[in-house]
Amino acid sequence: MHAVIPYATAALLFGLGVYGVLRRRNAILVLMAVELMLNAVNLVLVTADVTVTAALGHRGGVFALFVIVLAAAEVGVGLAIVLQFYRMRAAVQVDEVALHHEPEAR
Amino acid sequence: MTVADALLLALGAVAVGSGALVVTSTHLVRAGLYLVVSLGAMAGLYLVLGAELVAWVQVLVYVGAVVVLLLFAVMLTRAPIGPSADLDRPAWPALVVGGGVGLGLAALFIDAFRWTIVALPVPGTTERMGAEIFGTWVLPFEVLSILLLSALVGAIVLSRPDIGAPKEGGA
Repeated sequence: MHAVIPYATAALLFGLGVYGVLRRRNAILVLMAVELMLNAVNLVLVTADVTVTAALGHRGGVFALFVIVLAAAEVGVGLAIVLQFYRMRAAVQVDEVALHHEPEAR
Repeated sequence: MTVADALLLALGAVAVGSGALVVTSTHLVRAGLYLVVSLGAMAGLYLVLGAELVAWVQVLVYVGAVVVLLLFAVMLTRAPIGPSADLDRPAWPALVVGGGVGLGLAALFIDAFRWTIVALPVPGTTERMGAEIFGTWVLPFEVLSILLLSALVGAIVLSRPDIGAPKEGGA
């Protein structure tokens, strides 16, 4: 088994995730791209579990599980924020979020 | 080129291809479904790499829960069924940064590992994983459960407009 195949796959997936986060305007699609990035990190962890096992023991899998749990928590809170923003403004475009206070917004 | 190599290449190609469709599709719902394909291929990669428990947790949590949540959010925000024209920002900065990160990391990994051949691992059992988690990593595990609880409470507080909302006007 060539170690480079899963590593290169993970790197390309991470790049796709970065591209999606920067490219997409829809907040839900941004969250999907973040999931892609987290999965790429998981793939690196699991592969490291196999390839550098002398230094790592079998911790890569445990860390991957922790990252999956964190991703679940992240997507739960993130979608709550997105839905609340949609309820307030009827929009899910991230570049329309006002970062300063707007007194006459509504 | 062994069977494991061929499997890794095929699953990796599926994962990267459908990942590319996730970030380029103009249909919101299709992006979510391509995400299912990509995450499923990743679970297959984990299986080939001998991380059985991680693979099944990936299927359960990601494909079963996270994607369903995302699709619920797509529906609750009244996304259009057909293609949407306003999903994207200009491509150039994202292409430069994303392509740079992806290809740069890939070049780093390829340079680091070249054509190193690693013996296929024995499939990790849940028993070994459980011994790791509840032996060495039991404190982070407990902290993680508290984090999940606080994320749950936070999501509930966020999505209830009658808690902590400013009284005048309202949303």
